[in-house]
Amino acid sequence: MDTGIRLALTFGQIGAVMVAVLLTVAALTLLERKVLGWMQDRMGPMEVGPYGILQPVADGLKLFFKEDIIPAGANKFMFSMAPVLSLVPALIGFAVIPFGPDWTIDVGGVAFKPFVITDINIGILYILAFASIGAYGIILGGWSSNSKYSLLGGLRAAAQLISYELNVGLSIVGVLLLSSSLSLVTITNAQAGGFWNWYFFGGGGFPQAVAFVVFIISAIAETNRTPFDLPEAESELVAGFFTEYSGMRFAFFFLAEYGNMILVSCVATVLFFGGWHAPLEFLQGPESLHWLTGMMWFTIKVYGFLFLFFWIRATLPRLRYDQLMRFGWKVLLPIALGNIVLTAIVAYLFPGN
Amino acid sequence: MGTIVFFYFASVIVVTAALVVALRSPVFSALALLVMFFHVAGLFVTLHAEFLAVIQILVYAGAILVLYLFVVMLLNLKGEVRFHHQLTVGLFLGCMLFAEAVLLVVKGKTSLGANLPDLREPTQLIQGNTESIGELLYSTYLFPFEIASLILLVAMVGAVILTKKGILEAKS
Repeated sequence: MDTGIRLALTFGQIGAVMVAVLLTVAALTLLERKVLGWMQDRMGPMEVGPYGILQPVADGLKLFFKEDIIPAGANKFMFSMAPVLSLVPALIGFAVIPFGPDWTIDVGGVAFKPFVITDINIGILYILAFASIGAYGIILGGWSSNSKYSLLGGLRAAAQLISYELNVGLSIVGVLLLSSSLSLVTITNAQAGGFWNWYFFGGGGFPQAVAFVVFIISAIAETNRTPFDLPEAESELVAGFFTEYSGMRFAFFFLAEYGNMILVSCVATVLFFGGWHAPLEFLQGPESLHWLTGMMWFTIKVYGFLFLFFWIRATLPRLRYDQLMRFGWKVLLPIALGNIVLTAIVAYLFPGN
Repeated sequence: MGTIVFFYFASVIVVTAALVVALRSPVFSALALLVMFFHVAGLFVTLHAEFLAVIQILVYAGAILVLYLFVVMLLNLKGEVRFHHQLTVGLFLGCMLFAEAVLLVVKGKTSLGANLPDLREPTQLIQGNTESIGELLYSTYLFPFEIASLILLVAMVGAVILTKKGILEAKS
């Protein structure tokens, strides 16, 4: 009986998170075009529905009904596997993100945490591990398409993801040193009580602002967004690794890219900006309302980062490939390592600060 | 239950490990290796070693194997130009090793599984296993740990020298 309740609760929770993520993706497709439009002094999509708000529905229907083409000479098995291999790692990471207060409620004798699917004690490593698996979808998609553009896009993606994954991993070590935990729930709880406790502003003794900059740059590179969108550079490679993809298979890659953006924004929120905690104590409201204000602050912060992604896309031109590699290895990596050394010294000299 | 799970992971590991060398296409070999890494990580999870499981995926599947795939795709290897002509040597060595293993078991000096820890009852750690691994590495196993880092440093210097070879020769 307990197992049944637990299973039902977990599946319900997973379903709720997936629906929320996919709805956010749908909203983002519209929001991105609108934001880019405003920044370029135009209106963005205006035709479907009032003010263009039904555009995601139209896009979804179009992708759903498009013909599914597998190019001649493509490796069929790999060609169909690649979009799945790309989407699953993008969605699976949400399992350890705490969206709200660390409550445990009792449902029919089963302890249940409503705002995090599972609080494993290596949460952040789990996200990093599956983020690195996401590279396979892109590489294999590029390889199996039997197209020169796709292959070049896949190769670029492989090199880029490996280089920048390292920087993502190293830039968060400072936060892990200060919180002495790998669990995202514990890291969030350590940042309670006001914005000066957030790791970005110096919670725990040493501000992680530099680490955050390294993290967000590397995260943009890992999600293949402009200015690091070399794997899909449309002016050089048609569309890079998904040149040959159409219909729902293309939609999977698309969902994976936006899912990764949301995941990265959630991780940035949790690690550097206090997760669901409000910037000032009184903005959190009474204890009984923490679930509402918590979710609200979390959403606000995540959308703030998503806006940053769009902003950067509208502002910066694409890097050249050698610039990308040099920047990753010779600029970001030493900065991230230096931050670890400094943070470790501070954490050793002033423990429990 | 634990035994069934163990045998599932173990058998998949053996099958995929065999596929890595048996498959003709190098890309499919790499993918078989990927499946194997995931099942090794699964074995670690059943032993309550979540840290090792995640590091297994992060390092081997996420970094090393991606580099393999990168090289395989860059060289665009065809199935024929691989190592299958070493079959006779491999068969010979394999038979020798297998005979050795059989002899050891038959002679009774080593019984398989006698010294293995009980899989079904992993000791529950008081602290998380990240902390315990860190403490072990920096106390009991400090020397081997530092040696490993030294070897990695040597490999790194070697790689740098290999790429700089032409430049150094041109200067002198």
